[in-house]
Amino acid sequence: MGAKYSYLPPFLLNSYMSIIKVENLVKKFGNLTAVNDISFEVEEGTIFGFLGPNGAGKTTTINILCTLLAPTSGRASIFGFDCTKQSSEVRKAIGIVFQDMTLDKDLTAYENLVFHAYLYDVKKSEREPRIKDALNFVDLYDRRNDLVKKFSGGMKRRLEVARGLIHRPKVLFLDEPTLGLDPQTRANLWDFIVDLPRKHKVTIFMTTHYMEEAEVCSKIAIIDNGKIIIVGTPDELKKTIGGDVIYIKTSDNKRAKLEIEKLFQVNVFEQDSELFLTSLKGDACIPEIIRALGDSVLSVRLQRPTLNDVFLKMTGKEIRVEEVSSGDTIKEEVRSYRRKFDRG
Amino acid sequence: MIEVNAIYVLVAREFKKFIREKSRLISTIARPLIWLFLVGGGMSRLVSPGMGLMGGVTYIQFIFPGILGMTILFSAIFSSISIIWDKEFGLMKEILVAPVSRFSIVLGKALSGTIVSVIQAVIILCLFPLLGLKLGVLAIIETIIICTLLSFCIASLGIVIATFYESFESFSVIMNFIVMPMFFLSGAMYPVKMLPDILKVLTRLNPFTYGIDALKHAIFRDGGVFDFSIVTDIGVLLVTSIVFVLIAGTMFERKK
Ligand SMILES: Nc1ncnc2c1ncn2[C@@H]1O[C@H](COP(=O)(O)OP(=O)(O)OP(=O)(O)O)[C@@H](O)[C@H]1O
Ligand SMILES: [Mg+2]
Repeated sequence: MGAKYSYLPPFLLNSYMSIIKVENLVKKFGNLTAVNDISFEVEEGTIFGFLGPNGAGKTTTINILCTLLAPTSGRASIFGFDCTKQSSEVRKAIGIVFQDMTLDKDLTAYENLVFHAYLYDVKKSEREPRIKDALNFVDLYDRRNDLVKKFSGGMKRRLEVARGLIHRPKVLFLDEPTLGLDPQTRANLWDFIVDLPRKHKVTIFMTTHYMEEAEVCSKIAIIDNGKIIIVGTPDELKKTIGGDVIYIKTSDNKRAKLEIEKLFQVNVFEQDSELFLTSLKGDACIPEIIRALGDSVLSVRLQRPTLNDVFLKMTGKEIRVEEVSSGDTIKEEVRSYRRKFDRG
Repeated sequence: MIEVNAIYVLVAREFKKFIREKSRLISTIARPLIWLFLVGGGMSRLVSPGMGLMGGVTYIQFIFPGILGMTILFSAIFSSISIIWDKEFGLMKEILVAPVSRFSIVLGKALSGTIVSVIQAVIILCLFPLLGLKLGVLAIIETIIICTLLSFCIASLGIVIATFYESFESFSVIMNFIVMPMFFLSGAMYPVKMLPDILKVLTRLNPFTYGIDALKHAIFRDGGVFDFSIVTDIGVLLVTSIVFVLIAGTMFERKK
């Protein structure tokens, strides 16, 4: 499913090129090992999500990839350029939205982008149109002459994303792009983050600890205590849980139980006068069940495992307890944006 | 490698912020004025021109080059250690991940400090008629050139200092232990010859001393008392500037 967010045509999807390569990367600060022997690859045109709790080593990994930190050992390369030895080639190819704000608050939105365009040596004839495009893209064109210190958190974040794209990077790093934003703004920001690979031909490497955000990634790496625990598409990760759970209510549960067990060769359980079974392809089973049972079906519902379940299973802990309760609205919003995206 | 666009935009940013922040401009100009007229005016009663140490100029005239130097010292250091500010508030990261050589970043920052300091020094320089000084066009041009050199030297020193600090809390440490001693051990407020030997040695190690001496050459022409020749002064300013820029560039290149 993640492949949908690629800008490459489908026939090329299987011949992706790895744009970021990380091999046995280690970073120690004194005797604290922030990144502990991680390896992964990111394919061109995808959204790669780094999911992990506070202090997991996400930002440290980004800092190494974007040439700000030297690794203790191991290798990281972008487009084949070594992040330590060929830093200027790497710098040209990447754009970054840091976890902390890095705008000049005493300059206007427009001036911040001009500053960036000059730093990256954008051609004179390209400067104006690109800056204008970028401001329009994040809906800040009308506010271009306001000082950044007058902006809200969401506006600053959007401006930073716009800035990161001015020099047309091949890879865009987003370190917790939606941290500290209200659900509405977060969803808005997501609206265009998921659009980026197609619209701007850019590969995205993002970190987050919001499960809902990780759902839209082409691939996710779960990191905890400096180690990558598992890498895969959101669906692959969820399959490690053992699949979807289907709940069925019928007018004759005994007969239904026998029918379904015969149909799928699985155990069906009954709880609170509701039958349930697990299946790797829950959505595909439902029509078959209904066909087999006919009119006796009263209700069917499907419960998908969440990334939270995956994280819980892999690390034995919730990724961030306080987020779970407030997550529902966002989940809904992200879904609605995904629906919109799928249509478009 | 020198990236002209990057250097230009670093300077332009500083200039724009300087113009915008009226309070910074006013306070940096108020300080030298206070020193010139309150300290200079008060001390004039104690120090008579006849003492010979100052080459026959009044005390308030004598400290004028020193006050020009003070304007430069404070504004160039302040401009450069704004790097610490940028580190704390993140803009430095945006600059460091850009495909710009560390050397260009240092040059851009040093030139930012230079332009801002020279503007302020020129404003103070305009006061010379009030002090009874007579400066010809040549003297004014020479003074401005020396102000530029001195500003660049101090601004690059400021960058070297800034690379040692991570947070802005160190500001008062820098002020009390670097800037103030540099100012008082420079001959800005009294002739170096008057100082005890041990302090004399320190003044010779202070690049700011040579800037003040050069300003005295430009302003008093043949009528002053100097500690070094103008050639020595300019030579020291040039060499220390280059050394500071190289140190700062190397410090920036190092990755943690
Ligand atoms: N410059 C540094 N010096 C010493 N320790 C550091 C430094 N930077 C990070 N660390 C430590 O390394 C570990 C990983 O930090 P990192 O910032 O990479 O985590 P993170 O996954 O980005 O967390 P968060 O979700 O809070 O942003 C933490 O324990 C942190 O304290
Ligand atoms: Mg982080």
